[in-house]
Amino acid sequence: MKITEELIDHIAHLARLEFKGEDKVSIQKDMERMIEFVDKLSEIDTENVEPLIFMSEEVNRLREDEPKVTVTHEEALRNAPKKDSDYFRIPKVLDK
Amino acid sequence: MYRTIGDVQKAVLSGETVLSIAQAYLQRIEDHKHLNAFLEVFTESVLENAKKVDEKVKNGTAGKLAGVVIGIKDNICYKDHRVSASSKILEGFTSLYTATVLQRLIDQDAIVIGRLNCDEFAMGSSNETSAFGSVENNWKANHVPGGSSGGSAVAASANLCTITLGSDTGGSVRQPASWTGTYGLKPTYGRMSRNGLIAYASSFDQIGSFTNSAADAQLIYELSAGEDEMDATTSSKEVSNDKNAFPEKLKIGLISECVHHEGLDPEVRKNLSELIQKLIDAGHEVTEVSFPFMDYMVPTYYVLTTAEASSNLSRFDGVHYGYRSQDAKGVEQTYVKSRTEGFGTEVKRRIMTGTFVLSHGYYDAYYTQGQKVRRVLKNRTDDFFKNLDLLLLPTTPGTAFEKNAVKDPIQMYLQDIFTVHANLTGNPAISIPFKVHSNGLPYGIQLMADCFQEDLLFHGVKKLEELL
Repeated sequence: MKITEELIDHIAHLARLEFKGEDKVSIQKDMERMIEFVDKLSEIDTENVEPLIFMSEEVNRLREDEPKVTVTHEEALRNAPKKDSDYFRIPKVLDK
Repeated sequence: MYRTIGDVQKAVLSGETVLSIAQAYLQRIEDHKHLNAFLEVFTESVLENAKKVDEKVKNGTAGKLAGVVIGIKDNICYKDHRVSASSKILEGFTSLYTATVLQRLIDQDAIVIGRLNCDEFAMGSSNETSAFGSVENNWKANHVPGGSSGGSAVAASANLCTITLGSDTGGSVRQPASWTGTYGLKPTYGRMSRNGLIAYASSFDQIGSFTNSAADAQLIYELSAGEDEMDATTSSKEVSNDKNAFPEKLKIGLISECVHHEGLDPEVRKNLSELIQKLIDAGHEVTEVSFPFMDYMVPTYYVLTTAEASSNLSRFDGVHYGYRSQDAKGVEQTYVKSRTEGFGTEVKRRIMTGTFVLSHGYYDAYYTQGQKVRRVLKNRTDDFFKNLDLLLLPTTPGTAFEKNAVKDPIQMYLQDIFTVHANLTGNPAISIPFKVHSNGLPYGIQLMADCFQEDLLFHGVKKLEELL
C-alpha cells in the first residue's frame, strides 16, 4: 500500500506528532515498510474466527465502591511541568 | 561477589551485614560503569534500607530476601524515586507509588539498588533506542545485550545485583537473557500485576526476572506473582507450589518451523539437535509438531502492540507530567511539540503505525484481523498442551550482534521471532543459559508451558539442566 504524504499528515495529526523535512521522508518510508510487513496477516483465513480481545479469563471483577484517597491533590500535581496550588497550568489557549 | 540469592543468604547467615553486602554491590556497580547498565543508583536509600534490614536480621524478623539486592528496569515504579522508561519525555518524573510486584519483594526485605537502562518505553531488541545511550554486553565489548531489558540482563549477568526485574512484551526479558547467559522468565499473562509498570502494550506486558539460577527465578516468581486488586487483569487463580507432582519423563514438543528455521545459526542448530537426542536418550518423549505461522507472528505482534502503544502513550501530553516543549503556544501545540521533541524515533514509528492500524478505514483490515489471527494462534497453542507438557524452542536465532549492526527496523523486529509466541498466546516461558558460542557469546534455550503451569515449567527446567 502506498503511504502518501497526506496520509502521514493525517495520522500524525491523530497521534499529535509532527514530521517535517527529512523526518517526514523517513517516517513515510518506514511506515510503508511496516504496513507491507503487516499486510501478511490478510493471508490467514479468519472466517468465522472471533477476535481475541481479552487475554484475561477473569470476568466481572466487582468490588465495593468505597471512597478512599489513593492519590492526594498535592501528589497528583507533583510531577506537573507547570502548576499553581490547585491546577495544572497550560499555555494560553488563545495565544497565537 | 555474590551470584545467587543462596550466596547472599549464606553470607547473611555467617554474620555478614546487609549493609556490607549492599556496599559491595555499590562498589561493583561503580567498577562496571562503562557498561552503562544503570541510569541511576539509589545510594542514599540503599544504605538507609540496609541498616533497617540489619536491625531486622538482628531481631530475627527479617524476610526471605534479606540481603538480596534488586535492580529494576526503568519502567517499574518505586515510590519517591525517579523513573523515565529511558525516555526524555519523562524527564524529572518521580513515582507516586511502588509497583505491586516490587513491593512484594521489598516486603521480604529486598533492597532496590537502582534503575536500569532499557529501550525507550521497552520498544527495541538491542537497548539501542534508549535516550540515555546503549548498554554494553558484559560478555564482549561493543556488542549489544539484547533488549528491551538490556540493562537488567547485564546487571544480573555481571553480578551487579542479585536479581533484576525487567518486562517482557515480545521477548524483552528472554531475548536479552539468552544473550547474556542468564535465566529470564516471562510468567503467564495475568500472573504478575502490571500495577506500577509503565504500559507499552497492556494485553502483552508482563514483569519478569533475570537471575543466575533457576531456583532464584522460581523463588522470585513465588514471592511476587498472584492476584492484585490494583490490576483487574491479574488472575484470581492461586499461585501453587507443587514441586513433586510432576512426571519424571516429560512429553516435550518441538515446533518444526522453529527447529528447522532457516535463520537459525548453524552452531545453535547443531547443539539443539544434540540436546534433543539427549532428551530422547534420557527417556523423555519428544514429538515434532507443526505451527505454520512463523511468518505471521511478528507481524501480528506489531499490529496489536503498536495499536495498544499508540493508545497507552497518548497520556504523555506535556501537561500532566514529564517534558514540556518550551516554545509551544496554546494547548494543541503543547501536545504536538512536547510529544514530537520528547519521544525518540522508534517510539514515534510505533505510535504512527498503531494510530494507522486503528484509524477509520483500516481498523478491520489490520487491528481486527490481528486479533482474529491472535485467536488462531492461541487455539493452536492450547491444543498442543492437551498432549504435551512443554514446548522446547530456541530463544534467539543466534547470539548478540555488534552495536549499530542492525539498522533496518524490520530486521530488528525479527530478533524476537521465537519469543513473541508466548506473548501472543499468554503462555509462560523461560530462557535458560544453554551454550557459549565459538564467537565467545552465550545463548539460551527456551521452554514454554501451558498457561498457569509455571510449576511444570520449572520442573522442566530442572530436568533439562540435568542434561546440559
